[in-house]
Amino acid sequence: MYPNDLLYTKTHEWARVEGETATMGVTWFAQEQLGDLTFVELPEIGRSVTPGEEIGSVESVKAASEIYSPLAGEVIKVNQDLENAPELVNQDPYGRGWMVRIRLSARPEGLLEASAYAALTAGQGH
Amino acid sequence: MPFVPHTQEEVRAMLRTIGADSIQDLFAELGPEMRPKSFDLPEGKSEMEVLAHMERLANRNLSGLVSFLGAGFYDHYIPSAVDALTSRGEFLTAYTPYQAEASQGTLQAIFEYQTAMARLFGLDCANASVYDGGTALYEALMMAVRKTKRRKVLVSGALNPIYRVMLDSYTKNLNLEFETAPHAAGRTDQQGLARALDESTAAILVQNPNFFGALNDFTELFEKARALGVVCVVSGYPVLQSVLKTPGEMGADIAVAEGQSLGLPLSFGGPYLGVMTCTRDMVRQLPGRIAGRTIDTEGRTGYVLTLQAREQHIRRQKATSNICSNQALCALRALVQVCLLGEEGLRRAAGLSIERAHYAAERLTAIDGVEMLSRAPFGNEFAVTLPKSALSVIDELTRRGYVPGFPLGLYYKDLDNGLLVACTEKTGQEDIGILAEMLRGALR
Amino acid sequence: MKTVFAKSAPGRQGVWPQAPAKDPSAYVPENLLRKTCAGLPSLSELDVVRHFSGLSRQNFGVDGNFYPLGSCTMKYNPRFMEAAANLPGFTRLHPVLPQLKGAGRHCQGALEVMYEMERLLCEICGMDAFTLHPMAGAHGELTGAMIIAAYHKDKGNKRTKIICPDSAHGTNPASAAIAGFEVVSVPSKDGMVDPEALARVLDDQVAGMMMTCPNTLGLFERRLPEIVALLRQVDALLYYDGANLNAILGKMRVGDVGFDVVHLNLHKTFGTPHGGGGPGAGPVGVSRRLTPYLPISRVVRLKDGQFFLDYDRPKSIGYVAPFYGNFGVALKAYAYILRLGREGLVRVSENAVLAANYLRKRIEKHLDIPFNRTCMHEFVASAVNLAGRGVRALDIAKALLDKGCHAPTIYFPLIVREAIMIEPTETENKATLDRFVDDLVDILSSASADPAAVLAAPRTLPVSRLDETRAARAMELTDDS
Repeated sequence: MYPNDLLYTKTHEWARVEGETATMGVTWFAQEQLGDLTFVELPEIGRSVTPGEEIGSVESVKAASEIYSPLAGEVIKVNQDLENAPELVNQDPYGRGWMVRIRLSARPEGLLEASAYAALTAGQGH
Repeated sequence: MPFVPHTQEEVRAMLRTIGADSIQDLFAELGPEMRPKSFDLPEGKSEMEVLAHMERLANRNLSGLVSFLGAGFYDHYIPSAVDALTSRGEFLTAYTPYQAEASQGTLQAIFEYQTAMARLFGLDCANASVYDGGTALYEALMMAVRKTKRRKVLVSGALNPIYRVMLDSYTKNLNLEFETAPHAAGRTDQQGLARALDESTAAILVQNPNFFGALNDFTELFEKARALGVVCVVSGYPVLQSVLKTPGEMGADIAVAEGQSLGLPLSFGGPYLGVMTCTRDMVRQLPGRIAGRTIDTEGRTGYVLTLQAREQHIRRQKATSNICSNQALCALRALVQVCLLGEEGLRRAAGLSIERAHYAAERLTAIDGVEMLSRAPFGNEFAVTLPKSALSVIDELTRRGYVPGFPLGLYYKDLDNGLLVACTEKTGQEDIGILAEMLRGALR
Repeated sequence: MKTVFAKSAPGRQGVWPQAPAKDPSAYVPENLLRKTCAGLPSLSELDVVRHFSGLSRQNFGVDGNFYPLGSCTMKYNPRFMEAAANLPGFTRLHPVLPQLKGAGRHCQGALEVMYEMERLLCEICGMDAFTLHPMAGAHGELTGAMIIAAYHKDKGNKRTKIICPDSAHGTNPASAAIAGFEVVSVPSKDGMVDPEALARVLDDQVAGMMMTCPNTLGLFERRLPEIVALLRQVDALLYYDGANLNAILGKMRVGDVGFDVVHLNLHKTFGTPHGGGGPGAGPVGVSRRLTPYLPISRVVRLKDGQFFLDYDRPKSIGYVAPFYGNFGVALKAYAYILRLGREGLVRVSENAVLAANYLRKRIEKHLDIPFNRTCMHEFVASAVNLAGRGVRALDIAKALLDKGCHAPTIYFPLIVREAIMIEPTETENKATLDRFVDDLVDILSSASADPAAVLAAPRTLPVSRLDETRAARAMELTDDS
């Protein structure tokens, strides 16, 4: 549920850092809590973001939630497939359900390892 | 006791089940210090007595006044079947359609209402309605603020002044900046509005027909506004919209309206109907209830409330709006009215209203000293200037059973002599003649 | 059922007025007219009557079904109230009439209704003044929050926060936020507001607190006097959400116990019909120190007994409604209050509380009730114990629909898992209450024996469960077929 090569936020985003860029999305836990997604709103390309900044939102029938950037940098790509197929986030949150690619302006800070994130979510949920 | 069904024996049986000696025991948690200091209300009355009292009060109101009042609120004819259908208990006594399977009647009616409103205003979508035309305009403004994340709002001075004061109240604590382009002798000042547009503007709010009854084409203004990323909002008039160029044709993003003219009596100010329609692009900002079509587990067509995830019962303080109801029964009345009249009937109602108003304008301006406020094209309402204060003329004519119109001076300080006159298909040709003669007499 | 648009046949004659002598283009330049038809339906009058009669039969309503919808007070809606509101002397009144010189005499009856209604509501709630302007409950909340903001601003207090308990209706925090406040949530303890927790979040930034009493669990807030005292210490105002007033009519007056602002839901407590979601009315009452901030206008009685409207109110929050609120709804509630009178109104709360406790005692043997003590007009059960069988509160709700009973409120309040919130109201007889318990017990036993049957409910209605995810993704919001 929580791949070891990713970093996680307490607000349920994940990040995969690859050199100067990183890809991010929401975690398996987040999509499970929200249920079937009906809408994903993503940031504009070129926007510079800081860790914890609100950069979009996700909606299901029963909930809506903000997406926060796990990292500092500039948005260089967003997953346009989600516009017509938000269910990709449910089906494959770490793969085809990715959301935003960021060119990093600083090293990641304060993010959780998979084990710590798994511990954090163990006590939550319905 | 009316409406409480239990016999004494049943009450005793229920108390036995509860394990209480008396009903009073159930209120034991309200200590003596919590009890009412007084509850000095009249004794109850029979239904007959209450209705007799209500009739006495109703009869103290206007009896047989002939009225040319409009100012955004119009007395159109309501076919008898509107009351008959909308007073059916299954519509009247239902709650909000949260249990969709048991509310398909209300939900399909909302879906059809949304369709009718979207078509009338030439836009893609509508919500299930809000309280009235003023709150609809406020919600439209907030849609624009959310969408653009800008704070400046540009308003036409020819927009209904009642709505402008409502916007003031609602936005007092929201840190928005309003700029109003004054009307130009009853016309919407499109050049002035265009000049005031800039890249910090969230929304431009205009009205068609405007408060003075004047008709506009906002196509060019909206083109400029859209190029600057400004959300274009029109407040309209549903009955006339059956013949007038639509907000959609003009390139508006949002059209709102007071829906009262569709099947709702004037009723001294409410309940009315806030119509909200918008383009597909804006639909995620649209507040309140929205019905959508879907299928059930067996593939049958059905309807549900949809796009509710941003609303108050889920999002609480982060909600798009605090509204948690719609004017469902009023929306139903509007829909039934539209269906009974149909496309042709509504066009006739609009056409007759326009024709009567033009006849009235001709008759009134034939009087010495009575002039049209502007030469702008108008629909079923127009503004004239009198050679003296409109208030005193209205007073005099009202005493004789004719309310000649609305005194513009109440809202516009420089228009003390201005009179706003409205007609509908109910306005009698003869009454227009009588009004003209009375006015001639009053101005002599 | 086909939509009304699908039934349309162009050219079919409806309830048409006479044709105008000339087309609108004779009066209005072509460039100001619409280019295409709107695409509104063309049907005969009977077509329309059949269509909407048919739709109505696909609805539950209080007239046909028990409706124990917690927090919504779905009591019987007496028809004489409709008759009162439909009198032509009221329906034909143009709202600007009282603003015209000399025309005030043509609406004295209507102004008297407003004046008397305000006085009655003041006496019922122990407040000093009421406004009828807010057009729904949530609109009343917003009006109340705006009044709180205006009060502090006028006094020069810098107040930015409103406190809402975690059990509050969702509209409370939403209304406070829209009035410009930051919302602070305070956790409940034993199903009630915890004064200790409240004290921890109270500071000189707090403008007020919004409370529901009895709260959304149907429980009376036993520590209310302590809460009032705490708020007074920091000059914060206390707001009463009148959603649950049906429980305390004639038993407690919110003004007497220290509330500064209250909104009522005339469509709940005072029997006006919900109409499938509106129109309602949400009058707001205030204590004396808040009267200057009430919305414009105010109805006033002159020495000669005449009524007029006062627009000269410099400290007012301004206009929340175009005129005087949903006058037609106020008329119905006014007739209701006159009909019941003092004793009748007390019987309302007594019998509402009797019915709720009766159901609670009968249901406690079958369903978990997390805060099980004497309740007021409603109580909250939980379906959490059925989770092991895969049956949830939603499934019980749907199975009740098959029994001809509207579902209770589910998943609210948020602080109870799998919540089932039951409010029977005072107007249902014992036989109906007993049948509801029997139906519920029947559903619970089938949830044990044959959960699949409960999960497949409803099966007797025009549609089975609907695909909400599909609706939200496809966004088919108008009939384009």
